[in-house]
Amino acid sequence: MRYAETGTNLEIDLSRGSIERDASDPRLTELYLGGLGTNAKILWDRVPPEVEPFSPDNLLIFSAGLLAGTSATGANRTVVSTISPQTLLMAYSIMGGFWAPELKFAGYDKVIIRGKSPKLVYLWINDDDVEIRDASHLKGKSSLETAELIRQELKEPKAQVASIGLAGENRVYYASIEQGRSSASRGGIGAVMGDKGLKAIAVRGKKDLNVARPEEFMNLGKEVLKYIEFRRDNPINGVPPILAGIGSPQEMSIHDEEWHTTSFSWGHARHRRKDFWTKENARKWKKVQDKAVERLISCYNCPMECGAVIAHPSLGLSKYMMKCYSKLTYVMGAMTDDLEFGFKIAGDAQGYGVDGYTTPQAMAFAIELYENGILTDKDLPGFPSKNEERFFYLLEKIVRREGVGDALANGVYWAARQIGKGAEAYDHNTIKKQEQIPIKLGMLNPVYYIMWSTGEKINITQIEGQLPQAPFMERALREEFVRDWPQVPTGKEERFKQFILDWGDEDKRLPFWPPVDLVFDLVEWQETMHYIDDATGICAGLSSFPLKPPYHIHNLPPIISAATGLDIDEAKLWEIARRNRTLLRAINVRRGMRRKDERPPDDHWKKRFPEFEEKLQDDYYKFKGWNDEGIPTKETLDELGLDYVSQDFEKRGVYEGKESKVAKKASSEGEKEKPAKKSSKKGKGQSKKQ
Amino acid sequence: MKTVKLIKVDVDKCNGCRACEAICSAFHAVPKYSSTNPERSRIRVLFDPLRDIYVPVIAGEYTEAECNGRNVYTIDEKEYDECAFCRASCPSRDLFKEPDSGLPLKCDMCEEKSPEEEPLCVQWCINDALTYEEKEEEGEEEEKPREMEIGLESLVRKYGAKTVSDTLARITKG
Repeated sequence: MRYAETGTNLEIDLSRGSIERDASDPRLTELYLGGLGTNAKILWDRVPPEVEPFSPDNLLIFSAGLLAGTSATGANRTVVSTISPQTLLMAYSIMGGFWAPELKFAGYDKVIIRGKSPKLVYLWINDDDVEIRDASHLKGKSSLETAELIRQELKEPKAQVASIGLAGENRVYYASIEQGRSSASRGGIGAVMGDKGLKAIAVRGKKDLNVARPEEFMNLGKEVLKYIEFRRDNPINGVPPILAGIGSPQEMSIHDEEWHTTSFSWGHARHRRKDFWTKENARKWKKVQDKAVERLISCYNCPMECGAVIAHPSLGLSKYMMKCYSKLTYVMGAMTDDLEFGFKIAGDAQGYGVDGYTTPQAMAFAIELYENGILTDKDLPGFPSKNEERFFYLLEKIVRREGVGDALANGVYWAARQIGKGAEAYDHNTIKKQEQIPIKLGMLNPVYYIMWSTGEKINITQIEGQLPQAPFMERALREEFVRDWPQVPTGKEERFKQFILDWGDEDKRLPFWPPVDLVFDLVEWQETMHYIDDATGICAGLSSFPLKPPYHIHNLPPIISAATGLDIDEAKLWEIARRNRTLLRAINVRRGMRRKDERPPDDHWKKRFPEFEEKLQDDYYKFKGWNDEGIPTKETLDELGLDYVSQDFEKRGVYEGKESKVAKKASSEGEKEKPAKKSSKKGKGQSKKQ
Repeated sequence: MKTVKLIKVDVDKCNGCRACEAICSAFHAVPKYSSTNPERSRIRVLFDPLRDIYVPVIAGEYTEAECNGRNVYTIDEKEYDECAFCRASCPSRDLFKEPDSGLPLKCDMCEEKSPEEEPLCVQWCINDALTYEEKEEEGEEEEKPREMEIGLESLVRKYGAKTVSDTLARITKG
């Protein structure tokens, strides 16, 4: 019997309309655990670098995390992996909600989708009965409405539905996959789903999911729940309220947004508004938020209430569910003080299914181009004068790929190059072609330098988390923080604690402090915790993302062991995370990613130190066992049991710097030069298939 | 006097996470905690966030027949489904039935555990949508039917006592 996982994957070929069930190899669980780890293995094995994101040969993998569906609190995440049309690298976006546990109860760990359907379809997984159903009547429907309509037509109110909106159908490079209260938004995975002609996957399961050592597993789970209660009652002192608790940042319940609004940049990642959080604005925002939030809600089997049902009177009847930071991204992107605007446009955006990070930036970028004469009234006929209205205008253009929206739908990097006329100069906040969080700071931070540069997710929130964002200025707070800090890895306790105790002292300041070996340990620790979560499907909000989380490197090994029956200790878990992390890098390296791509935006910090940064990068690559191009060496790969990777690298001449055959754009079918030009100019509801 | 055990349900505090379903199914798994499957849970959350409906319903008595006529409740302008607050395992809906056998499920207040501990769903609901109370009431303490009796009784009702005992005799012979 298989424990924690079901041992079965669904293989769906949408070109042929075939549905198969494959038993997965238990050995892969030992090596990669599951979720992101095993997704990466499948992508490495089956999607060679020349496969374009919009090729039928690209795979779209929906995977439940290894522990999803067990009684472990917060083990509910779905990891969606594919090759991104935007970055042309591996995308892995992850969502909470209810979908992954339901998939497990239906008897599957993964749904692996290949091919393209000639017409729009959805997939209905009902335990052993799996069918591909017509979705032509759902064309153009919002993500949320799609889910409702599917539940109604199947007469299955308990079915969990992951769906795309119009943006996914129109292959917007930052289209999301939505699941009501959660979404998998980064990297344009919704565009790949749309390209495959797949509108939704509905799932309903009624089977048992087993664990190997029940009593042990349950006792560990109880401890976790106890610690959640403890942390809920004991926020961290000396950090902003939004960072003091656990869960996703509690944007739905906490009103105090001083930290985000004054530390992050507004507009197209341009302006700090250090004086924004006045009493007057705080009062206004509280009023709006209290009106908008109908109820705080959770994901499957988790007491944290990171999401909310949004039912603002001005929104009429179309309620939606929101979590986290999208409350602010549109507001700040549009440079408006009006939080109500944020709640309104975020609802529309979710219906269309677009990423709440990238979308406001692509729109703010368009406004910048307009204000600088690069885009004109000819490109933007009837462009309103107020930013809020401009955002609504641009959203409609983008999701329909109308006019200049066709370029903007490819994100800032590609749009800048398609628009030309100097627009490239305004592409200032992307790394590896993907928009980053709009944050611009003063002094270079070496820990963050490495994380921004080398993170495979190309998203800072997916690598940071265990450390405070700034030093505690009071000694007493530092002491309090390190006093009870069981999350630190074995052997690192003294150094990490000393780091917190020293940080902020006169001679212990950025950028030449902390010493580089400590920088690397801190980066590796934070990153490792994310790789573990992304494999187990435990929510990062209870584990890798907040300070002092309930899940950590000491209780995760016994929890995973008790659930799976595998014998995994701290060292072994660390090694698995390292293997997964290295395999992801290998996929991206094989697709052409090199050192030159690994840089934070030039304006990320005001004070930069080019020589020091180069040295930092050199030494970090060495620390990781990568060569000076950031390519994992043969020794590193072989030591991790990834010799099939090193063999492939040697065969392709990757180490000799040979230009291997890699996809250079999302799709070259029927196309001349630039990416996505061929995509719909025809407007509403237009999708790729004729 | 007899002791009555109460699980108090505060629908305003429920966030629809279904931790109660997960832990109930785990507790009642054989061996204990060896599996989860909300379908086997004796508590289910009626959950429709877009209509602001969150009702944890705890499995009550098995009934052979559905009701003649039904009620619709409107509370705070929200209209609840016909069977929203009903705890019965009943032919009109698929709640509270063993997925394999179709036999009815009924909450046993986790009595297999030591009596001073609260039912698991209550322990797992740290937001206190579910809380536990005991109170004294007039009347005789009655013998509670055990799990197997509930199942057997429903089989007897469905097939008749003779068929059930004949079948039992036949299977136990070999």
